[in-house]
Amino acid sequence: MSATSAEPIPRDTEHRSRTDARHDLFFRFLLRFCAMLVLAALLGAALSTLWGGREVLFKDGFRFLFSSDWNPVENQFGALAPIVGTLVTSLIALLLAVPVSFGIALFLTEIAPRWMRGPVSAAIELLAAIPSIIYGMWGLFVFVPFMASIEPTLSDTLGNIPVIGALFQGPPLGLGLLTAGIVLAVMILPFISSVMREVFQTVPARLKESSYALGSTTWEVVWDIVLPYTRSAVIGGIFLGLGRALGETMAVTFVLGNSYNLTASLLMPGTSISSSIANEFNEAVGMHRSALIALGFLLFVVTFIVLLIARFMLRQLQRKEGR
Amino acid sequence: MSAVYARRSVVNIVALTLSGLATLIGLIFLVWILWVTAQNGLGAIKLSLFTKITAYADQGGLSNAIVGSLIMDLMALLICAPIGVLAGTYLAEYASSTRLGATIRFLNDILLSAPSIVLGLFVYVIVVIPTTELTDGRISFSGFAGSVALALIGLPVIVRTTDEMLQLVPGTLREAALSLGIPQWKLTMQVLMRAAFSGILTGVLLALARLAGETAPLLFTAFGNNFMTAHPLDKMASMPVTIYQYTNDPNPTLHAIAWAGALLITLFVLALSLLTRIMFSRKKVSYE
Repeated sequence: MSATSAEPIPRDTEHRSRTDARHDLFFRFLLRFCAMLVLAALLGAALSTLWGGREVLFKDGFRFLFSSDWNPVENQFGALAPIVGTLVTSLIALLLAVPVSFGIALFLTEIAPRWMRGPVSAAIELLAAIPSIIYGMWGLFVFVPFMASIEPTLSDTLGNIPVIGALFQGPPLGLGLLTAGIVLAVMILPFISSVMREVFQTVPARLKESSYALGSTTWEVVWDIVLPYTRSAVIGGIFLGLGRALGETMAVTFVLGNSYNLTASLLMPGTSISSSIANEFNEAVGMHRSALIALGFLLFVVTFIVLLIARFMLRQLQRKEGR
Repeated sequence: MSAVYARRSVVNIVALTLSGLATLIGLIFLVWILWVTAQNGLGAIKLSLFTKITAYADQGGLSNAIVGSLIMDLMALLICAPIGVLAGTYLAEYASSTRLGATIRFLNDILLSAPSIVLGLFVYVIVVIPTTELTDGRISFSGFAGSVALALIGLPVIVRTTDEMLQLVPGTLREAALSLGIPQWKLTMQVLMRAAFSGILTGVLLALARLAGETAPLLFTAFGNNFMTAHPLDKMASMPVTIYQYTNDPNPTLHAIAWAGALLITLFVLALSLLTRIMFSRKKVSYE
């Protein structure tokens, strides 16, 4: 390198740099292999469930999706009831969790005194740390009886409204789609609210200050400045919650009631894709087992798409910030 | 003018009150669930939980489930921690700005919230079915299969935290080490890993907190076992699955045991997440 050093590079240094290069190459290969395992896990989950469910998926095709006749004894597998159950409970969960999460995020970013923010947001996030089986037990032993006690009132009031009344009529069992939806709402609350809280904090202070300077109220700043600025990420957070709700198993299995009858009422027992799998898989053989794995494939594809949308929407805001 | 102003401030007050109410709702559910678990669990915690096995359910034992859970959680960590840390290192150090890196990072985030029951089915198809067929049914459901399923739950958590933690290590540290002629792998393993150690450890603990409470992926991989076993190729009991079975049982004695187990698991998981929170808040990464 420098002109003054006339001596040649010693042999062992050259040797060492060559082994170093070889080690580096191996190390890089090892790391890349491990990273590829993440891809393999996702791809493998899709392909293996497709393979496991092939008998039913390819034999019955669309009838599998649109028939509500689920009869393992006669090898009839129509997945409409679990599909509808999954969608309805997740929808209820979103309808309840989105406004509440928004409220929590608003409270934690704009209203609460500074000393309160840390502990309260930590507490809300603890909801996400509680294992789902605990939600299930609490749901079955505590929340179901509670729902059973208020359902007569629901039927008497909401049940009389012309169009949506049919949703709230039925025997006060406590178990059912509505109860499952509410339990799911509590479960996904921390996910949606923590995304909202985080993105609300990224709104530049000068945008908000400008709005306050023009005389806006706190609510107007949030609704007209903060929310439009973070819209894509907020939608992303909602889809993230939806992805969680669709795939959740343990919390809903106990409280759904495991019934394949499709009814208009939300107070009636139902089933969902994940709870059908959890309830029946270990007793199922042959076609029945294949049908359950096919359900798993369906669930995976749907949640994959929902989560894909969620991540894309979340990235939009990061782009905007130049991250 | 004043009518408009009054309306705006009323809207404001109503909205802010509702948002406070929303926070209260969230907190009420948290307290409600924890309270119910503590109330039912504390009364049911007895010494017999740790000494008796589940085969004689009326004796109130969970010891084989506790041991099974510990073994499977540990094996799962042994599988996913090295893979996760190395994969996260790849993302942060080698692929931080490549298309491949962006794709893997993106898909890792999806794996993070993928339905755990499907991951259980995946392991059923790739581990349980082949071992059953190869051994004529002698080895079917196993503790090993259960750990693989749990490892899939923990993997994305570790990948993500490692990736983020290494990115926080200042670039000057890399430059300083490289300028001394250290090869890349030594730089990564001996300098960067050390700098980001507490962050990476946090990720591993976070993964443990997540997989310790999982039930769905164990149902058809580890299955369950009423007797004590430490052999990874046996069917293995676990806390969450035993709680699930006992809750489904009509016998109220078993419900009490399930609550005791639920309390133990909740305390374990909450303690872990509080620990990681403390580690996080102290400093994101320690450079010494």
